[in-house]
Amino acid sequence: MITLNRVTRIFDSRDGDQITALEDVSLEIGTNEFITLVGPSGCGKSTLLRIVAGLILPTAGTATIGGQPITEPRQETGIVFQAPTLLPWASVLDNVLLPLRMMRRMDSGSTDKAAALLKLVGLDGFESKSPRELSGGMQQRVAICRALVHEPDILLMDEPFGALDALTREEMTMELLRIWGERPKTVLFVTHSITEAVVLADRVVVMSPRPGRIAEIIDIKSPRPRSFHVEGDPAFHDASRRIRQLIFGNRHVDPGRAAA
Amino acid sequence: MSTQVAPPLEKPRRAARRKPPSAALYEVVVPLIATAAAFLVWEAICQAFKVPSYLVPPPSAIWNDTIAIGPTVFWHSLATLKTVLLGFVFSIAISLPLAVLLTASPAIASAIYPFLVWTQSVPKVALAPILVVVLGSNELPRIVITVLVAFFPLVISSATGLMSVPPELIELSRACRASKWSELWRIRLPYAIPFIFAGLKVAISLAVVGAVVAEFVNADAGLGFLIVTSTAFFKVPVAFGALIILSIMGVVLFQIVVIAERVFFPWSSGNASVSS
Repeated sequence: MITLNRVTRIFDSRDGDQITALEDVSLEIGTNEFITLVGPSGCGKSTLLRIVAGLILPTAGTATIGGQPITEPRQETGIVFQAPTLLPWASVLDNVLLPLRMMRRMDSGSTDKAAALLKLVGLDGFESKSPRELSGGMQQRVAICRALVHEPDILLMDEPFGALDALTREEMTMELLRIWGERPKTVLFVTHSITEAVVLADRVVVMSPRPGRIAEIIDIKSPRPRSFHVEGDPAFHDASRRIRQLIFGNRHVDPGRAAA
Repeated sequence: MSTQVAPPLEKPRRAARRKPPSAALYEVVVPLIATAAAFLVWEAICQAFKVPSYLVPPPSAIWNDTIAIGPTVFWHSLATLKTVLLGFVFSIAISLPLAVLLTASPAIASAIYPFLVWTQSVPKVALAPILVVVLGSNELPRIVITVLVAFFPLVISSATGLMSVPPELIELSRACRASKWSELWRIRLPYAIPFIFAGLKVAISLAVVGAVVAEFVNADAGLGFLIVTSTAFFKVPVAFGALIILSIMGVVLFQIVVIAERVFFPWSSGNASVSS
């Protein structure tokens, strides 16, 4: 569904230097596939995500969705950022409806649709609350609803659980798997957490920095539905260890345990 | 997980808003007593040292002389209030579109900024007589002076507010392929509200200053005019009365802006937490 063919992206930095954020990245993503991008800071994960979103254009190479070159944002893509970035003056329901309003796609069923999504993430009854009254995890659930309300077929997530505490983070990861199970979509998920990457993904794209390239793509064969119990699973263990090796070299790999 | 987290967050805030009676006492009664005491000391010093009324009049003389020409003072106050309010309204009408233009593109910003800085560097008192010649001896030059004094902080803080939107929300808006107009209306302007009100509070105070400056130069009515004419005839108590009315007018108008923000944009009052 999403095809990146030898995509390179170069930024001009303020002091006039050129920074190669992505170099020669090729990737094929199938429909309803769950892809996680993992790698150290500065490996171009977010740049890759924004190229797929159509927010920035590749300097060289081509990015296509369903055969169409990505030259601008498309409305059938939903985005979740690291911070929930909800509108502080609007209710939870209005926050979820924001994309439809911005797209001028509000109709009589929109409110029901938004309410159904809030129910899906366990926030029914919170429609009229203000974002300030919610915890960080709940705010991020609202942000996920906001990304899903216009029924996109692609969901882009840029470290969506990065700002949450470890426990909430695990809970949200499971939640996301459940939502993805109920409403299958092509998901591109950027993360710093190796465990999160392996638990979620069909394939983990491991990236290396300066310049950002794909180091390796690892198939995760653990059966679904998954949970964090798969941490003990040998396939999971091998995948985590391989990713760790790719990112750190051999120096930090703890032979006993390979959890993030 | 977090269903229990929300209510405790809300409770202390409500408690803080509903102030116990002692807080109201400290905020209203104590300042009133202090002010009254200050006036009493002032009166006592004037009486004790027999300070001539044309130098520093005692509060009693200010009160008596001002009340004696009460209707005239009231009429002058209305004239000044009219200039202040018109100047304030025009400041808003000019500043908000200017702020939007300034934030629209760097090229437009660099084109407009020199003019903005110029309007601020020109001494308004020096400009006033020239404006009277150009615009005629009527209300217009007074309003123009008031606007020139008041609008600049409003433009700057509104522009800052429009730029304060988290970059992710702008990306979201672009991802929705929303028009610039709906981005402005649904995201940028509401985000700017706390900043706009910070600017409005400065602007309303400056509008009073601007109106008085304009009245010094050219007016046949207004509290600034009253101060000039009464001091010319050594009616110093009346000048002091006009001064006190001006400061009360400034405080009341400022408070009206504060209350308007609390009533119409309750989420805005706690400026600091807007970015969270």
